[in-house]
Amino acid sequence: MAAVEPTLTLRGDGRVRRRRIANRVAEVLATVAALAAVAVLGIVVWSVAKRGAGALSWGFLTHDLPIPFSGQSGGIAPLIVGSAILVGLAAAIALPVGVCIAVFLEEFARPAVRAGIQLAVDLLNGLPSIIIGVFVFGLLVYGHPQNGWAGSIGLAIVMLPLVTRATQEVLRLVPRSQREGALALGASRWRTVLGITLPSALGGILTGTVLAVARAAGETAPLLFVTSIYGRTIELNPSHALPNLPVQIFIWSESSDPEDHKRAWASALVLILFVLATSLIARLALARFRRRMG
Amino acid sequence: MTQGVTMSPMRPVEVAERQDEAPSQAGDTVFDIQGLQASYGSNVAVKEVDLEIYRNMITAVIGPSGCGKSTFIRCLNRMNDEVPGFRHEGKILYHGVDLYGDGVEPVEVRRRIGMVFQKANPFPKSIYDNVAWAPRVLGLKKNLDERVEKALQSAALWDDVKDRLKRSALSLSGGQQQRLCIARAIAIEPEALLLDEPASALDPIATQRIEELMHELKRDYTIVIVTHNMQQAARVADRTAFFSLEVDDGSRAGVLVEYDETAKIFTAPSDKRTEDYVTGRFG
Repeated sequence: MAAVEPTLTLRGDGRVRRRRIANRVAEVLATVAALAAVAVLGIVVWSVAKRGAGALSWGFLTHDLPIPFSGQSGGIAPLIVGSAILVGLAAAIALPVGVCIAVFLEEFARPAVRAGIQLAVDLLNGLPSIIIGVFVFGLLVYGHPQNGWAGSIGLAIVMLPLVTRATQEVLRLVPRSQREGALALGASRWRTVLGITLPSALGGILTGTVLAVARAAGETAPLLFVTSIYGRTIELNPSHALPNLPVQIFIWSESSDPEDHKRAWASALVLILFVLATSLIARLALARFRRRMG
Repeated sequence: MTQGVTMSPMRPVEVAERQDEAPSQAGDTVFDIQGLQASYGSNVAVKEVDLEIYRNMITAVIGPSGCGKSTFIRCLNRMNDEVPGFRHEGKILYHGVDLYGDGVEPVEVRRRIGMVFQKANPFPKSIYDNVAWAPRVLGLKKNLDERVEKALQSAALWDDVKDRLKRSALSLSGGQQQRLCIARAIAIEPEALLLDEPASALDPIATQRIEELMHELKRDYTIVIVTHNMQQAARVADRTAFFSLEVDDGSRAGVLVEYDETAKIFTAPSDKRTEDYVTGRFG
């Protein structure tokens, strides 16, 4: 090494200081933006909890809907049951279709075809849910009574790109050597997918689906036109309109009865807790799955 | 193994009954490779390969990194079909049938020509299910337990695992996993086995077991092994093919330099490049 020049100074001049300050400012702004995301979530949860917690009780969760302006307390049991049926059916539709799309994209499609379908899936993901609602209404409900099936199909359309994406991601985690091992044994592509690739990816696919369920559970727009006129009691038949949380929250929040506002807040709290809990559990499970896949 | 005696009716070619003793001289030709050139996209990986691989012999493929050894061996069971952009020229005749001919199903090719990879790749299933998976898929469900036991015995793994067949294959050691992959390959009674550097990730003791196993398997199978380890080729192979890298016009492609009996390749090679390689002057 050459000897250090005696005049060498590593302290910055004006320009270096300016660059340091610019760097600092950018860092602070980015941090603030990140914290804002957390803050928004915190404020939403907090404000809903503050207004909704008071009305929350065991009776609220287990009773039928109140008769409007009757002064009865009532509850939201039909909403919980109805939402569960709607989301369950939607998952039953979106899971197999989404997995098949992902398998096609990752295991079979030629690059050009793949790019096209991938784009379609991404566009579907960005489709405004009110459009989905209108589409399902026009296609399945217009001229017929409202029904739960139509609502499920609307929610399934919301879930489909999410399930597809999640499945694609975990399929990519399955090492190529596994597929080659199966193919080298004289198995066809499809048998390889069915016997080796999908079982390895199963955990990730299921948690991805749960995430999509959490997302769909809160969707209001796809249900607004197709399953919003329902009775006060628990309805199990999806051929009828099914009471559900998001639409009822919307109805109550529009009501002139202050009791309804309380009910809307409490229902919102129930919905938020459900969505937060399922998302959190699914994400933890997914992280564990990814670690296991290495 | 009943290999070679009971033929499935699907076999496109009739294969004579095996001899018990491996022929020391060149016997029946299993693979006849004529003017093979294989490329990925516009990249030629290996070219000008002409050689014959004989029944019940171990044929080693040696050469420096990047000389197309793996590409070559993966042509023999059409595993390269899975690689986007793969193209080939020339012919590979398997018992006289062109492997890349019209109407040849890669699935049928691979069912008859088994392959074991560099890195052991057991499925994340039980030891039993690893071996039983392919027979089940191919509809060989009769006497499955027997078939699994026989395959594990042939791969010299039965005594290690007979009490824990239901345990995960991933609980086995590296050497055991590789022998499990060999058992998995021979459970469907292929005729030829392609081994792509099967011991390169194993310690010397596990490597020795694999080599001993190859001597056993030679009686029933025609074996082609790619290895970067010259001593290994000298220890196990009857015949050895030396591949080298040829640079011309700035493009690099693997070529077959010399193919002969192993003893000759290592003691009296006829090509200067082979001599340089086996004496350690290059590579």
